[in-house]
Amino acid sequence: MGTIKAENISFTYPAEEGKKRSLVLDGVSFEIEKGSFTAILGHNGSGKSTLAKHFNCLLIPDTGKMEVFGIDTKDEDRVIDIRKRIGLVFQNPDNQIVANVVEEDVAFGPENLGYPSEEIRKRVDQALKTVGMEKFAIHAPHLLSGGQKQRIAIAGVLAMEPECIVFDEATAMLDPEGRRDTMKIIRYLKKEFGTTIVLITHHMDEAAQADRVIVLDSGKIVMDGAPREVFAQVEKIRSLGLDVPAGTSIIYELERAGVDIPIENLTVEECADAIYNALA
Amino acid sequence: MKSAPGQEKSGQKGMKKLDPILEIVDLTHTYSQGTPFEHVAVYNINLKVYKGEYLAIIGRTGSGKSTLIQHLNGLISPTQGKILLNGQDINESKETLRQTRFKVGLVFQYPEYQLFEETVYDDVAFGPKNMGLDKEEIDRRVRESLEIVGLGQEYYKASPFDLSGGQKRRAAIAGVMAMEPEVLILDEPTAGLDPEGCREIVENIRNYRERTGATIITVTHDMAEAASNADRLCVMGNGKIALLGTPEEVFARADEIEELGLDLPEVTKIMILLKRKGLDVPTEVYKIDDAVSALLKLKGGRNGA
Repeated sequence: MGTIKAENISFTYPAEEGKKRSLVLDGVSFEIEKGSFTAILGHNGSGKSTLAKHFNCLLIPDTGKMEVFGIDTKDEDRVIDIRKRIGLVFQNPDNQIVANVVEEDVAFGPENLGYPSEEIRKRVDQALKTVGMEKFAIHAPHLLSGGQKQRIAIAGVLAMEPECIVFDEATAMLDPEGRRDTMKIIRYLKKEFGTTIVLITHHMDEAAQADRVIVLDSGKIVMDGAPREVFAQVEKIRSLGLDVPAGTSIIYELERAGVDIPIENLTVEECADAIYNALA
Repeated sequence: MKSAPGQEKSGQKGMKKLDPILEIVDLTHTYSQGTPFEHVAVYNINLKVYKGEYLAIIGRTGSGKSTLIQHLNGLISPTQGKILLNGQDINESKETLRQTRFKVGLVFQYPEYQLFEETVYDDVAFGPKNMGLDKEEIDRRVRESLEIVGLGQEYYKASPFDLSGGQKRRAAIAGVMAMEPEVLILDEPTAGLDPEGCREIVENIRNYRERTGATIITVTHDMAEAASNADRLCVMGNGKIALLGTPEEVFARADEIEELGLDLPEVTKIMILLKRKGLDVPTEVYKIDDAVSALLKLKGGRNGA
């Protein structure tokens, strides 16, 4: 069964006076498998974040059907059942931290779900360990770096033990090290807990690590496939206001200049191997 | 004193004059001095920024780069040392500080959160108005800076809050450009934007520099972006300048860059791997086009041999 299933969903924000409404999501259909890692790409305004807000009932489609864990998001009585099981991590960690002590912040979610205190203790310790921040349990969040704060925000989501986590441009404000740490946590969650991961990002090198890449443009899905298939279509990706990893660009240019080289390479190592084999 | 590379040979790439516009002399800044939270953010920094150059400051979170740039227009004052603008200490008097604020424009991270006026035009006019300029001059400056960032007349009356993310950012940058600073400093100007949005901002900054001959300082995490635009890179680590020089000079010291928690551009990483495999390629390359031509040359050489 799919974790998230969208059937022909469309969505429009309420129009302001004197302005015309435009479709933000325009007939989107897809299914995300349990335990998979999907990246969603698209330029600013393509509808990515609007789509993410449909996953945990922050928004409900105007038409079409959105199902999460087999529950229709329109069913108001079951909103809490969905939100318990799917976590969202946003761009700005400062907007996601509510408490003055790290461990209290991480405990906020399970406390609200009414778990007994031993269970909360266990979950908070485990979550902080997973993100490598157990040493900071009694620190003040505002004195941490951006990357550390984002790890606390992720721990807060983990303490809910969600089956699926949506990262909405969660690395955009982080330095390279913070981004690497976040990606490492994502891979760990998928591997150790089988967590379903949805990653919304502008960084092509992050998307390249996913099992599947979905590209949105003007509220429609325009590309959907394995990263190496999607990024091999260099011209199409660029025409959508996006880019391919730098290594793929080099290979693309070499190929255009007549070098016999396969374009389906993404990581720095793969690209170096392919170039070496083609030229040496 | 061990001097970082490139410190004294900065007349290279496209720099017309060798006069420093900003001089940072023995700068140390300590936060919360005398409390248990005392923290030295930058330590004994010496740096000359030359007229008309484009300098990129790179470093991980906590390396002291934001503290450094906040000194450059007097937002914070040195614990020790001084900042000279055109040879004059900016913290000498209230008047020199006031003049510095007009001459050195600082665009913060996520500047779009600071838009507040009812129209784009009024927002951009806010800075020049504060400078006490007359109406015609204000109008000229607003029009020019909005043109530089690619926002045409159709946006003058729009509310800044109705613009797209990238447009908001550009309107906010135009607000600082309208003060026509001699030195324009931008903290993470492309953070959070999509590739197209990043390209536009980079283009706007280049445009401003070409028109005014201003000195540009950007702070960024993105090595590739810094290298493709700046004349010199200043890499910071632990409150000090770790590396300083042209992109080629800096990338030649790949190991040190990685030790500082920074990422080399992907292009450079690939060239280093190829070199290790035994291909005779330059490793200080960071632009896709340069890498491609170096690789094609290699191929040509082989075919010819």
